[in-house]
Amino acid sequence: MHGVVMVFFFLIPSIPAVLGNFLVPIMIGAKDLAFPRINLLSWYIYVLGGVFTLFAALSGGVDTGWTFYTPYSTAASNSHVMSAALGVFITGFSSILTGLNFIVTIHRMRAPGMTWFRLPLFIWAHYATSLIMILGTPVIAITVLMVAAERALHLGIFDPALGGDPVLFQHLFWFYSHPAVYIMILPAMGVISEIVQAFSRKNIFGYSFIAFSSLAIAVIGFFVWGHHLFVAGQSVYAGLIFSFISFLVAIPSAIKVFNWTATIYKGSVSLDSPMLYAFGFIGLFTIGGLTGLVLATMGIDIHVHDTYFVVAHFHYIMVGGAIMGYLGGLHYWWPKMTGKLYSEAWSKFSALIVFVGFNLTFFPQFIAGYIGMPRRYHAYPPEFQVLNVLSSAGASILAVGYIIPLIYFMYSLVAGEKAANDPWGSRGLEWEIPSPPPTENFTVTPVVTEGTHQYVHPSQEVGVA
Amino acid sequence: MSGHVAPKSLYYLIFLALMIGTGVTVLVAKFDLGPLNNIVMLSVACAKALLVILFFMHVRWSSRLTWVVAGSGFFWLLILFSITMSDYMSRGWVPGTLR
Ligand SMILES: [Cu+2]
Repeated sequence: MHGVVMVFFFLIPSIPAVLGNFLVPIMIGAKDLAFPRINLLSWYIYVLGGVFTLFAALSGGVDTGWTFYTPYSTAASNSHVMSAALGVFITGFSSILTGLNFIVTIHRMRAPGMTWFRLPLFIWAHYATSLIMILGTPVIAITVLMVAAERALHLGIFDPALGGDPVLFQHLFWFYSHPAVYIMILPAMGVISEIVQAFSRKNIFGYSFIAFSSLAIAVIGFFVWGHHLFVAGQSVYAGLIFSFISFLVAIPSAIKVFNWTATIYKGSVSLDSPMLYAFGFIGLFTIGGLTGLVLATMGIDIHVHDTYFVVAHFHYIMVGGAIMGYLGGLHYWWPKMTGKLYSEAWSKFSALIVFVGFNLTFFPQFIAGYIGMPRRYHAYPPEFQVLNVLSSAGASILAVGYIIPLIYFMYSLVAGEKAANDPWGSRGLEWEIPSPPPTENFTVTPVVTEGTHQYVHPSQEVGVA
Repeated sequence: MSGHVAPKSLYYLIFLALMIGTGVTVLVAKFDLGPLNNIVMLSVACAKALLVILFFMHVRWSSRLTWVVAGSGFFWLLILFSITMSDYMSRGWVPGTLR
């Protein structure tokens, strides 16, 4: 249940829906997305899917995990698989519509002078994300539909007793669900690219490398799904190939990390709260990415598969990466979206709490997993006690780190100071219009003459504190 | 967007072709053609899908860009099928592994 809600209803839509729907049109100088009504429709569809999943949660939950692995989900489980699967199926359409909307908008609605290579990197990241949404989501939709069909009508698709093949489910499922990881992390990478430039007062190091690495991640991400099947009965040769391609996808991710670091290097860095989240992202994503390489190595994966090592790895990417990026973006654009300033002292404090709480929660899980604690059991031998206590303590601290922003964001809505057009001194189209923007974003269609974040080199800049 | 308007008769013709395809599928299911079973079934299915896409979905009269978009969707499907098959076909190549 935790997985279904977090993956399909938070991590996938959070940044594209909250920040993307708002920023994609503004950043390219458009009045709105290409299809505003389809955008609204995708929200209704999301809510409808949410209702089905909520029903599953309230009436007893699903015990298949978010992966709905067959034949358990089709033949054995007597929990609410149908409504949860239907919820995932329906929400998929909201994802497809959002992707479609972004792609058409980015192709057709750019302001005069906004060439492809002047686009903010946030836009490139969302473009790559949208491609995955459109090409991948139909597959998961059909796959969960087949699970429902086998469960209800006993069609023999996945259940060996009916002549089906359970590993086929894993192929189809991960064909979408590995790229879905990039649906979650790419928008966060786009956010970090913006924040790093704004708070280092420097133009990005290697713009086109970052832009194309987004596309490379989107494309190569579709060729690596078999690394989830190493111990599922997949052939050894297929495993070898998937293992090798999984290594390849680390290259574009590493390009991004190195280029962000090079951007910060010798920049005029200011440690405002969005930048603190960006630092958190870069560090935690690097740990998550490198442990991903550990897991992509077939031999080592046999040792650590289905242990807490895996749990720690993907939480470093998803929580340490995607959620850090989301929080960073929320802090960066909050004044623009609401027109109100929040408390900088409290936000810095909460960024610190989140970082400490996160590491305390998930780092012990690497150790526990490596020495053999399996995932998905509530009981464990006494030697894992210390690590589990640390982890639980960290989770409580992490929760505090999430509640504090909730409070000061709410507070800023009622009593926050009014935000100027450009509270951070950033350069980009979204900072040239009032906060919050008027309904149609721009009164006059802007003419773009240069890329975003064109700052004078700090050593030449005059009058900057 | 609007562009081409095809005559009604064409749509009826395509509908007829789809029905014939369905008939063939049902008919073939009654006989065992051995290794040909899958080949016949899948070719009928592909032909029908092609008709729907080209005529009912108007791709036949759409711009080159639409062709590229529709084509890339199928290319992705091909990736899904071929890499999945690369697993099934290489099972058991290493001595002592399954199937
Ligand atoms: Cu994966």
